[in-house]
Amino acid sequence: MGDPLGMACSHALASGMGGMRSAGDLVGRLQMTRGMRLQDAKAYVAGRLGVAIADLADPIVMHDVRRDLGLGRIPVQDLTYPAHAGGIEAKFRIAEVLGIPINSVDRFRECAGLGVAAPRQRRSGAS
Amino acid sequence: MEHRVRTRLGDGSSTRMTRAEIRADLIAGSEIGARRAKAPPLEDHEIGHLVDIFTSEARFSAVDMGAEVVLSFDGSGNLDAGTRVDELVGYQNHLGADTLELYAIDYSYKAVKTILTFEAQTMKNAQFGLIAPLQYGAMPDLGRYSMPDGPIPNWAELLPQGRIAEAREAQVEAIEHAVADMVYVADGMWEAGADGMDFDTAGAAGDGDLLAALTAVEKIRGRYPGYGIELGMASECTLGMHGELTYRGERLAGMWPKDQLRMAQAAGATIFGPAVNVNTTKSVAWNVARACTLIKPCMEIAEIPVHPNVGMGVGGVPMSPYPPVDATSRVSRALVDILGCDGL
Repeated sequence: MGDPLGMACSHALASGMGGMRSAGDLVGRLQMTRGMRLQDAKAYVAGRLGVAIADLADPIVMHDVRRDLGLGRIPVQDLTYPAHAGGIEAKFRIAEVLGIPINSVDRFRECAGLGVAAPRQRRSGAS
Repeated sequence: MEHRVRTRLGDGSSTRMTRAEIRADLIAGSEIGARRAKAPPLEDHEIGHLVDIFTSEARFSAVDMGAEVVLSFDGSGNLDAGTRVDELVGYQNHLGADTLELYAIDYSYKAVKTILTFEAQTMKNAQFGLIAPLQYGAMPDLGRYSMPDGPIPNWAELLPQGRIAEAREAQVEAIEHAVADMVYVADGMWEAGADGMDFDTAGAAGDGDLLAALTAVEKIRGRYPGYGIELGMASECTLGMHGELTYRGERLAGMWPKDQLRMAQAAGATIFGPAVNVNTTKSVAWNVARACTLIKPCMEIAEIPVHPNVGMGVGGVPMSPYPPVDATSRVSRALVDILGCDGL
């Protein structure tokens, strides 16, 4: 929210990990859904990806890692990836690579009837 | 004549200050924060680092390579281009967002409740195409439950009349409604595939507002162990609109960031966002030193990620819809460097 250059861009360039340009979304996912502190989350992601912690915010290193592991990349004009994992497809891979459940992936699997999904955490009384 | 560096005030306007004046502002900001929250002031080497950041002539300032943190981007998008899902894609693909947040322009769970089916469908559609983690966010917004917007007698009108008991009773009744609405929305969003929920500006209507948020967080955590829950605060000190409300035996009124964090952790939040409001008449340096002093005690006890709020008018970022890049970047760097926080 707010002027994107003065807020979002400025913070992203001054201190952010870079999101999907690097591994910011993966570290952020562990913070958001597992409550992991920054250094723990970085170490966990680096270990699962087989890279150094210093590489996590490096877009050159992470572009290749994301390509090799199918974790999704950002299409940029003449570089598009229609035959590779994107969107929910990439999140299936992320769940597997990071070894964590992802709610939207579990929902997709359940709604599409793809095998046996992990038992869902439903609110009590929900049908 | 001593050189004067171009810097900013809390309203974003530019000013010129000497190195000595900037140092004095940093010390003053830290000391006033320390006195208010009974926290230690910043140490000499921390003040020295902030002096270096704020006396630099550079247009932009940034953390060291390797020291990057996670940015949670509450309220992703400005609702000015395409659909909300388009804007989320833009934040993910163009702005380097580490996490995303879907939100409605009426940023209140009471309002969202009435359009939950539409919001949940939008969440589901967004989850198909996005890769970065996506939460849903709004405010607990306890004041909305009071008359004339809601069904409860208005405690802000009762208090000036001296009807203290009735004002307190009204807030307790409003809390029940707010908790029910927040849990209801969280249920719907979980079923739609959301990665998390954000309870933003908790405590905006005082200790009752914060108690409603904490109670909702606790209930949601009990139902969904894997749900992300961000609790972002409205201000550095919780106002005692009720004054006697407690959570797990501790009075909420008058709590500063460290105690707010303890409550968030106890309730089951996965990310805590302390908020320190900006004094627009003081320099950005003064505001940053005060924010660092008030938030620093959190870092000593944090078991979950701490993401200080750095939107317009909080954390030291100038109170302007168009914050200058030189000011925003200095605030961003200063909070990460001094606090060692997990994100912003």
